[in-house]
Amino acid sequence: MENWITVKNGQSVALENIPSIPVALLCDEIERHIINGLRPIQFFGRPKISSNNTITLTAVLADDNSGTLLISTCNIEKNASFQSMTPKTPSIHLFEREILEQTGVRPEGHPFLKPVRYEFGKEVNTGKLKDYPYLTIGGDETHEVAVGPVHAGVIEPGSFRFLCHGEKVYHLEIQLGYQHRGVEALLRQGNPLNKSHIVESIAGDTTIAHTWCYAMSLESLMNVKITKEIEIIRVIALELERIAMHLVGLGGISMDIGYLPGASFFGRLRTIIINTSMRICGSRFGKGMIRPAASIFKIDDNLKAYILEILDKLHNDIEIIKELFFNSAGVLARLEKTGIVTTAQAKEAGLLGIMAKMAELPQDSRASHPFGLYNEIKVEPCIYHHGDVCARAIVRGLEIDQSMDIIRKALELYDSSKNDAGIDIGAQDIVSLQPSYAVVSMVEGWRGEVSHMIITDKFGQIEHYKVVDTSFHNWFGLALAVRNNGISDFPLCNKSFDQSYCGYDL
Amino acid sequence: MIYLIRARINQGYQSIPDVTKVALPAPFRGLPEIMDIPCSDGCSACLKICPTAAINLKPFSIDLKRCILCPDCEIICPVNKIKFTQDINLSSTDERLMLISSSTKTPIIIPDKKITSIFKRSLKLRSISAAGCNACELELNACSNVNFDMGRFGIEFVASPRHADGVVITGPISANMAYAAMETIKATPDPKIIILSGTCAMSGGPFYQSKALSRDFLKSLKIDLYIGGCPPHPLTFINALLKYLERS
Repeated sequence: MENWITVKNGQSVALENIPSIPVALLCDEIERHIINGLRPIQFFGRPKISSNNTITLTAVLADDNSGTLLISTCNIEKNASFQSMTPKTPSIHLFEREILEQTGVRPEGHPFLKPVRYEFGKEVNTGKLKDYPYLTIGGDETHEVAVGPVHAGVIEPGSFRFLCHGEKVYHLEIQLGYQHRGVEALLRQGNPLNKSHIVESIAGDTTIAHTWCYAMSLESLMNVKITKEIEIIRVIALELERIAMHLVGLGGISMDIGYLPGASFFGRLRTIIINTSMRICGSRFGKGMIRPAASIFKIDDNLKAYILEILDKLHNDIEIIKELFFNSAGVLARLEKTGIVTTAQAKEAGLLGIMAKMAELPQDSRASHPFGLYNEIKVEPCIYHHGDVCARAIVRGLEIDQSMDIIRKALELYDSSKNDAGIDIGAQDIVSLQPSYAVVSMVEGWRGEVSHMIITDKFGQIEHYKVVDTSFHNWFGLALAVRNNGISDFPLCNKSFDQSYCGYDL
Repeated sequence: MIYLIRARINQGYQSIPDVTKVALPAPFRGLPEIMDIPCSDGCSACLKICPTAAINLKPFSIDLKRCILCPDCEIICPVNKIKFTQDINLSSTDERLMLISSSTKTPIIIPDKKITSIFKRSLKLRSISAAGCNACELELNACSNVNFDMGRFGIEFVASPRHADGVVITGPISANMAYAAMETIKATPDPKIIILSGTCAMSGGPFYQSKALSRDFLKSLKIDLYIGGCPPHPLTFINALLKYLERS
């Protein structure tokens, strides 16, 4: 038997076809593949149903060149250990920490084995949140600064510990977990089809990407093919979300450098974009927009014309504002060379999405693992160089233009005469999914790739649900970016990364 | 400079002149209206489909503390008993008034004289996100943008609880955040108001069945204002405060 099974994004596979290999071999294989350029998408443990004392570890790697996903598993005793891969392949570091937190299986030799999010009911593996083992710094002119969990702005909670030498940040330790709501546990309970509302709130700024991922997984497990019109609505929704959040990010960067024209100009443009989402689905954040195997909302000709009109307005105004913003000496002086992440660092740490693109890594699952309408509308990743705050801002600006283009193309393909198809929200009766199957789905949200993996039991109910938000991969990038920067640059660096706290904490 | 002038002219005047008189377009879902028509015999489709247990059948009511304004019940109902209107008024000073039925059409805000006498023209708020998904937080931020411009009413978010006249809690309140949330409330000097903004803060929202929440400490607090919505629209939030402060 092969060591891995190869599937496509969103393609379901019977559990019996997924190889189960010895743990040492799995670790060797993961290391070998990551060194050869594959990316870890999922790596988690779940209790084996037939045996109380065994944990099944499942690994999913993405091969961006061939657009395939590799899946393999191994069984390991509870409270046993395996040789940590982090020293050789650092991008897997958080997955290993999560495995210890969730299952008690220990990655031996992990250099930074700390709790991930203080998951509910796992205190035996994590200890108490108040006892988090922070790094410390000693010596002349060194000091530590604690920030959070409650921050100065209207923002989610997280705790930051700066280890400083004078004004300069030596290292930043990021401790999260305050947002933990038990999402994965909730997603495992009850009717798999009525989880849209929870998925929509995994990260409220990434509603569309997460709900699409959830819907794509279930549709694959139910063997349902959705209509092209639904695919188009999803693309429009995802790109509107991307534009809106990039505008929030650029507005936030403006605010953090005290450039008020930017803050107010980008801010009001965001209003018209999220109001466009509202015109489609009734929610400025796209809540209700996507449902598995269905769509509640349609786009009629009036709405189509309205969206195009908004895009024209945005196109006109964003050019004027970008020209102002990226030509202002005061702005550039603050953004350039601040918070640099090198290409090598980004690659090693496994950064995704805009945090990869700003460091010249063309990582975009719309291009490498196309899903839905992206099989038809091709996307070229918008990359930039230098990896500083400025590069992150420029990539976001480029992606706004690209998203407008994608929405126009998608609208052209939309045939509103097919709008009469019935509305089906389906969640009434418990529908069973293909029993003993697994599926991995990836959607490129505005931050980058989000991934859901669902494993069904022999009754077709959800046995395990695993969510990986982009921020899970990217938070460590922020710690790298602020090293050797002045501590006062932290808010700017943080805003330019724009990570999700709740997407990480789940 | 020329770029700035051009952008400023292009920006024009963006503020909503009168936030109390804005009509939002369909399909925005605001206050649900419950028609005075009987349900089909034995039908409980809405009850089954509601993701947050917001619906009571006898007598028929929707709890705005629980409702996330998803369209599911409206679509599933065979007799069209429920209709989401575009009304943005989803707030009350009393949690019992958040129950909407065919007789109680809208929640009511009853201003507190002691509060209005102090804070009517200047209210500084501290936000506490306790496991909020960032939708509520983004909308609270949007309240202060150029469109909604809450600052013109003297209402602002401040950086420290020490500077605040009240706190706005968003999110379902995770167990991991409960201690920090309580400490922040304690650090806010009296007299202060406590606002629960969004369905999650009021009831746990879609997470109400999660064991990872810790909402008990809310029982020891006097909640001054309940603001509905998932997330509350900036107009919902601003109008609730304006009514509470007797500004409209």
